[in-house]
Amino acid sequence: MENSVLIRTHDLDKIYSLGLTDLKALDRITLSVARGEFVGFVGPSGSGKTTLLNIIGSLDVPTSGSAEVLGRRIESLSHKESAGLRNRHIGFIFQTFNLLPVYTVYENVEFPLLLQGMESSRRKQLVGDALEWVGLADRADSRPAQLSGGQSQRVAIARAIVKQPEIVLADEPTANLDAANSHHIMKTMAQLNEDLKTTFIFATHDEKVIGYLKRKITLVDGKIAKDETVEKTTAG
Amino acid sequence: MLIPKLALRNILSAGLRTWLSVLALSFSFVAIIFLQGVYDGLNDQVERATVEAQYGGGQYWQKAYDPYDPLSLEDAHAPIPPQLQELTAGGGAAPILIRTATIYPQGRFRSILLKGIDPDQKVLSVPSTALRSLENVIPGLIGSRMAKSAGLKKGDVVTVQWRDVHGTFDARDVTIAEVFRTNVQDVDNDQIWIPLERLQAFTRMENQATIVVLKKDVLPVTDPPGWEFKDSGFLLRDLRSLVKMKSVQGSVMYLLLLFLAMLAIFDTQVLSIWRRRKEMGTLMALGMTRTQVIELFTMEGALHGVLAALVAAIYGIPLLAYAAGRGFDLPIATDNFGFAIGEKLFPAYSPALVAGTTLLVCIVTTIVSYLPTRKIADLKPADALRGRLS
Ligand SMILES: Nc1ncnc2c1ncn2[C@@H]1O[C@H](COP(=O)(O)OP(=O)(O)O)[C@@H](O)[C@H]1O
Ligand SMILES: [Mg+2]
Repeated sequence: MENSVLIRTHDLDKIYSLGLTDLKALDRITLSVARGEFVGFVGPSGSGKTTLLNIIGSLDVPTSGSAEVLGRRIESLSHKESAGLRNRHIGFIFQTFNLLPVYTVYENVEFPLLLQGMESSRRKQLVGDALEWVGLADRADSRPAQLSGGQSQRVAIARAIVKQPEIVLADEPTANLDAANSHHIMKTMAQLNEDLKTTFIFATHDEKVIGYLKRKITLVDGKIAKDETVEKTTAG
Repeated sequence: MLIPKLALRNILSAGLRTWLSVLALSFSFVAIIFLQGVYDGLNDQVERATVEAQYGGGQYWQKAYDPYDPLSLEDAHAPIPPQLQELTAGGGAAPILIRTATIYPQGRFRSILLKGIDPDQKVLSVPSTALRSLENVIPGLIGSRMAKSAGLKKGDVVTVQWRDVHGTFDARDVTIAEVFRTNVQDVDNDQIWIPLERLQAFTRMENQATIVVLKKDVLPVTDPPGWEFKDSGFLLRDLRSLVKMKSVQGSVMYLLLLFLAMLAIFDTQVLSIWRRRKEMGTLMALGMTRTQVIELFTMEGALHGVLAALVAAIYGIPLLAYAAGRGFDLPIATDNFGFAIGEKLFPAYSPALVAGTTLLVCIVTTIVSYLPTRKIADLKPADALRGRLS
């Protein structure tokens, strides 16, 4: 692990109330992630991967314990502060791509920058760079409905990295993609991690994804079962 | 600009659903303006006709006169004060003597008003010149409603009985010199106009009158003793409230239309907030605050109002302009409306009416669009992304 720690959790619990019973989705999670890591939460379905990723992404709050992201305590952020944190510092990639259907590829990627109120010439440059990175510069005017799954996910990656965030969180990014596209987008993200030193955190149970990870945190029933650093491999 | 732009894109891409709501809303839009324009036009026309035939520029009432109390007429007569005589001589006023009388058309007893008016007056639109012609008989002028209800026609002779100033009965035969058409029932129903001087002579009320009608746009003089000036605002008060009542009755229909359009929008909103919870989660993940998401969805609903205004303008302006230019033929039944209407009705659309309606529709649409979005206020982004709407 190198230099600064971006994410630190301590005794993090997340309990969902299910009426009569409670469900402990996260159980005393203590971990830290440093700048530039390419790390994944792995484990079976229902083990708490998404829940943990959402808390780190300030989309959710822990029931107890603490989560510190980029020096901010997630549990004590206001709505506005957490929205600002996500807008400027955290990129999200989802299993279902979640592009805005009414916007073009270009506008989808531009959206986070518009929210930031960035001026147009800078926006244009950043969007151009991001689309270049994912190899979709020629599809700038397409609509999401005209894209394949692989292309859609690459647009989502461009949208996540366009603001040059410190952290990108990807929840099952390959679940709706075939093998070729899965490897394609994983390579793209690994390359971004290399070139831009962007920290990537995955939640996945897909072996294809796991093959690219430099660190693997295994969750079982909301607990960390294993935390291992792996030799970099080149899958596919 | 981000939110309005996204909102517009969103609703336009919703296609048919959006246009159906917009169309429904635009119908109620045009209907409101149209109906309100009809009532405004009606009001204008009724007022104009009534002023021309009855009220002029206001009336001086002999102090005992009360149009709602026929018994008051007994004492409601007095010599015309000099300043009003002067006005009359100059053509600026017309005295009218009103007496109760009885006629026996077809052998049946009927109570009427006998109104004396100067055949040469030019203050009111009542065609009093018809009373000039006949020398050897007493000429009478009646409106077409009176003619119909009493079974009288031009040339008929009817016996009229009244009391003179001393309460003594007197009777004469009146020959119907003319039947005139008017929209103003108050110068028509249950009354016969005869020359003023003759009525004054028959009743021994020489130079007396019950009211003196001022010509329109002539300035009133200070009230002579025993007389009271009633301006047109006062005289038109009942009429205006009657038209207003009718317009409120008419507005029930367009409020229903508006209600239906609002229901469609409310429904669209509730449904779209339900269906698009994942999209809301995405927007929040990208850094939108809840307030901005609420703004977006409210804006989407409110834009229906704006689009409806535009669509309404496209077909509404030519339609309303055509209606205003051509007018409508009114069905006969409108006589039962209770006030005067011309043969043709011309709707009147004021800028205030159009602007007011636009504002009303847009405000109501915005409120209706906002209400369902309050559900977003306690939405957790993580739940929204999972497709939950807690
Ligand atoms: N909003 C919620 N309410 C109740 N239970 C939930 C909620 N979100 C997740 N869970 C439960 O928490 C557990 C962990 O879920 P999740 O983090 O999605 O796991 P994973 O991503 O590893 O599949 C699961 O048992 C899931 O059913
Ligand atoms: Mg998951």
